[in-house]
Amino acid sequence: MSVAIATTLDFKGLSCPLPIVKTAQAFKTLPSGAVAEVLATDAGSVADFTAWCSATGNRLVEHSADGGIYRFVIRRK
Amino acid sequence: MPARIVILGGGVGGTLAANLLARQLRRDARVTVVDPSGMHVYQPGFLYAALGKANGRWLARDERTLLRDDVELVVEAATRVDADQGVVRLGHGGSLAWDYLVLATGARLVPELVPGLVEGAHEFYSLEGALRLREALRRFHGGRILVGVAGIPYKCPPAPVEFTLMLDQYLRRRGIRDASRLVLLSPLNRAFTIESASRLVQPLLERRGIGLETFFNVESVDPAAGTVSSLEGDKAAYDLLVLVPPHAGQEVIQASGLGDAGGWVPTDRTTLQHQQHERILALGDATDLPISKSGSTAHFEAPVIASRIASLVRGTAPRANYGGRVMCFLETGDGKATALRFDYEHPPVPPAPSRVWHAAKWAFNRLYWETVPQGRIPDNPLPRRTR
Repeated sequence: MSVAIATTLDFKGLSCPLPIVKTAQAFKTLPSGAVAEVLATDAGSVADFTAWCSATGNRLVEHSADGGIYRFVIRRK
Repeated sequence: MPARIVILGGGVGGTLAANLLARQLRRDARVTVVDPSGMHVYQPGFLYAALGKANGRWLARDERTLLRDDVELVVEAATRVDADQGVVRLGHGGSLAWDYLVLATGARLVPELVPGLVEGAHEFYSLEGALRLREALRRFHGGRILVGVAGIPYKCPPAPVEFTLMLDQYLRRRGIRDASRLVLLSPLNRAFTIESASRLVQPLLERRGIGLETFFNVESVDPAAGTVSSLEGDKAAYDLLVLVPPHAGQEVIQASGLGDAGGWVPTDRTTLQHQQHERILALGDATDLPISKSGSTAHFEAPVIASRIASLVRGTAPRANYGGRVMCFLETGDGKATALRFDYEHPPVPPAPSRVWHAAKWAFNRLYWETVPQGRIPDNPLPRRTR
């Protein structure tokens, strides 16, 4: 199933906790229901984004890893 | 003609790089440090000053007393760097020409970026802020204290955790701990960004009854209501709020087009050269490197910069590389501390908190002035323990 991605947040090269902080900032400006794609290279990203989504109520639609780049598709609550 | 080497900033990195370059190159170079205040400040002392454990006197010294005689000191603000011409413009109208430039300009605090922060929150990231907080704590007789960070990146990542643990001890000593609620606000789901350190710190927080508010990324402060709001949509009430202000690179970096959006210098992670200018190198808090902004980082980078520039001046291939080495003490209160030693490839494995590490930190605080700026601490005094 593919979802319409409203925006891509490219946080490759940033170290923890910047990807989470910047995602939190960006989500503040997104309308409810909007879907964003987040790219990160920080090795702790998967655990951090999974926990962040469950704590904030935003939905982690899918996530994958490819050659050290982690991709998260998140729908704003 | 000797090579002209100009170093912007007289902090840990700038001072050490200047002394090492002058020592290595002697008559082959003229080394000049440009610093707007002419005073060298020992920033790790702010934490202790805020808790009444250090007075301002041992936290700052005249930069001249830390530099070799053959290093020139220019007490002026650098206002603009012309990278193509090889010139730095100074606040009073003069200028300095350079063959090699070292950006050791550090970070500045920009509390105005967060609404309500200036009016509502305390900080211990400047000497004035630390002394103001010390006095506010003296007037504090119980209530709710929140500690956190209001922007990332910030200097000395363990400082908020250290401050919280030491504040717990301070409140107990004053007999008002039972009348106080102490909460650490974290941008993540754990107490500290580095997992291994978090595993060590979290049980300490629990044992001491310190609350942990997770995924709380500060958005604004409402001083009238006494609340702080997060990007995640939460709100927390405080009687005393201590937030590390957001940081940015210095204005001269931005004015000269040498930085990114935050004013940080795009720096090669191993050669420490500016990404666009091979005769400009950067170290310490000024860089955009994804490692801790910390005095120890600058301390370990300065010999790399000095060695590389010395090689270039002598016409040989530079060989020294920076491997990302950082060493941070982490005070855990009650006279104990641990240490985080890591580099690009190896995450830290902190030892159990002990009195030995606290004593080491305290000795370092006192010995700093006679050792670090002069390059008297050997390059690897404390070998890193790895898995």
